[in-house]
Amino acid sequence: MTTDVLIVGGGLSGPLTALALAETGLRSTVIDAQPRATFDGNFDGRAYAMALGSVRLLRALGLWDELAERAQPMTGIRASDGRAGEGASPLHLSFEAAEIGEPFMGQMIEDRHLRPALLAACEASERIEMRFGTTVTAQHVTARGVEVDAGETLRARLLLGADGRKSGVAERAGISRSGRDYGQTALVCAVEHERPHEGVAHQFFMPAGPLAILPLRGNRSSIVWTEDAATAANLDALSDAAYLDILRPRFGDFLGAIRLAGARHSYPLNLTLANAFVADRVALVGDAAHGIHPIAGQGLNLGVKDVAALADVLGAARARGEDIGAPDVLARYQRWRRFDTSVMGVATDAVNRLFSNDNPLLRLGRDLGMGAISAMPALRRKFIAEAAGITGDLPRLMRA
Amino acid sequence: MSSTIDAGEIEKFQAMAAEWWDPNGKFKPLHMLNPCRLDYITTQIAAEFDRDLKAEQPFDGLRILDIGCGGGLLSEPMARLGATVVGVDAAERNIPVAQAHAEQSRLDIDYRHTSAEDLLQTEEPVFDAVLNMEVVEHVSDPLAYLTACHDLLRPGGIMICSTINRNPKSYLMAIIGAEHVMRWLPKGTHEWSKFITPDELFGLLEKAGMRPEDRMGFVFNPVSWSWRLSERDLSVNYVTASVRPEDATDQGAA
Repeated sequence: MTTDVLIVGGGLSGPLTALALAETGLRSTVIDAQPRATFDGNFDGRAYAMALGSVRLLRALGLWDELAERAQPMTGIRASDGRAGEGASPLHLSFEAAEIGEPFMGQMIEDRHLRPALLAACEASERIEMRFGTTVTAQHVTARGVEVDAGETLRARLLLGADGRKSGVAERAGISRSGRDYGQTALVCAVEHERPHEGVAHQFFMPAGPLAILPLRGNRSSIVWTEDAATAANLDALSDAAYLDILRPRFGDFLGAIRLAGARHSYPLNLTLANAFVADRVALVGDAAHGIHPIAGQGLNLGVKDVAALADVLGAARARGEDIGAPDVLARYQRWRRFDTSVMGVATDAVNRLFSNDNPLLRLGRDLGMGAISAMPALRRKFIAEAAGITGDLPRLMRA
Repeated sequence: MSSTIDAGEIEKFQAMAAEWWDPNGKFKPLHMLNPCRLDYITTQIAAEFDRDLKAEQPFDGLRILDIGCGGGLLSEPMARLGATVVGVDAAERNIPVAQAHAEQSRLDIDYRHTSAEDLLQTEEPVFDAVLNMEVVEHVSDPLAYLTACHDLLRPGGIMICSTINRNPKSYLMAIIGAEHVMRWLPKGTHEWSKFITPDELFGLLEKAGMRPEDRMGFVFNPVSWSWRLSERDLSVNYVTASVRPEDATDQGAA
């Protein structure tokens, strides 16, 4: 089969890109060194907070009907000051999706549901070829396109790096990276609790870093808990019971008794930004372009915007008969996404000094004082729209 | 033609093609305008012949003539969309340059050093679409030229014709701005008196036997540094679509 685009990376952003490109009529081949993942349906503790804008993309790609009944809508966000042993303080800032006339700000989607849905949709598309267990060893730009050595030689007009924060595609294309290690770790797990969460996401600003409690289906929540690296390493080594004993006073008792559901994960927090989004016949999406930290899917929301913007740019170029890998076409994608990313890069760095966490769904109340926002309806709506990921120059697939 | 060119010449033409196709090179203004031009051309042709631009080769089976093809900035996209393309240019040196680039792009395009009027004298079959972009302001007899374009179309065929409006603003933008200040174009590229207002162009098209159907402005936004189509602002660059009526009685009524 002839293909227009080679996509390296079969995680989330690679398959998502393939689907968005297929929607515009472009053919792609997705290559991943790993064998195809199998899913046993059990919850492994991982979930993604997908902002409203990202959910719209899933809907536009025809994936949402299937996912909707398994996802948990986030109808409100509550940010409060927290102290270990006291739980959330009564002083807080809360936002409701209803204030901007939307049914939800985002949806919590578990990995066990999202990834199989993406892979199945790719496998069902006649415009997408999936090649798992295939390692790319080299890439070359030719007069009319790009060639990739992956056991055999694969050719296309454009090569996309959706291969994560250590992107081999970016490295082989000579794209350098900037970044920093925050010296902090995100502890991620899920808990079951006694009382219903009512679809509200909570962020407690703890002295050591924020604690996020994100609603999952049923009486369950996803926890993202930030500590300095040394403390986190000690916590990570604890038994489940001892871990919960430390979590409980931070969590508070507003949801009743809690117990672990699924596995615990820990992710070192670092920032790695590609210094360019494009090179000759190459473009980067998702973490390959901008790795924030892999918690709660906030990197995913940025990546989804990359995917939707790239599909807009390439889809339009294709319909015009342009060469989709031409430098001026790729420059349009970079111009579109650079602004978002540089703002995000600066904000992330500044915010890190305060909270070490840049979840767009949770960063409300962070940049401005909580009290100031609360009193101003227009500003409140702007913040909610920002959290929902529906601000800025939205790609077609992310519009209502 | 290509068979008689030696290897050194081909290299030279490839270098010139690279210049034509460098988005930041000598033809940068054309590259900046190109997406906007292509948006108009492709949607008009797709609408006229009921084609789906998301299809694999939406212009399959269509014969398109690109007049003033230059390095092939419009011919190549048309060929990529599946059309059979003839590109003609009055400048002889553009032909091997465009051929060299089409070869690199693995596109089959019939480039010729000729004019619309001369093409009519040959046995060339008629075209479904004629692209007549930024040419009419350079010819000595616009009506004779547009009539030749009409005659090259099959009845029901479409012509996309763009040019520059004639008013103080267009003088400022297209001549002072583009040629003298920005140096986007060589001085003397345009003669203001040859610019044509949209109403005049519609009049000429009708006289040439065409039925004007649509017109839009190309508007440059200095903030985003890009061009967009505008229904209202035709004050400087603009584009029109007109159709050769199916039979002669159509135009008699106009």
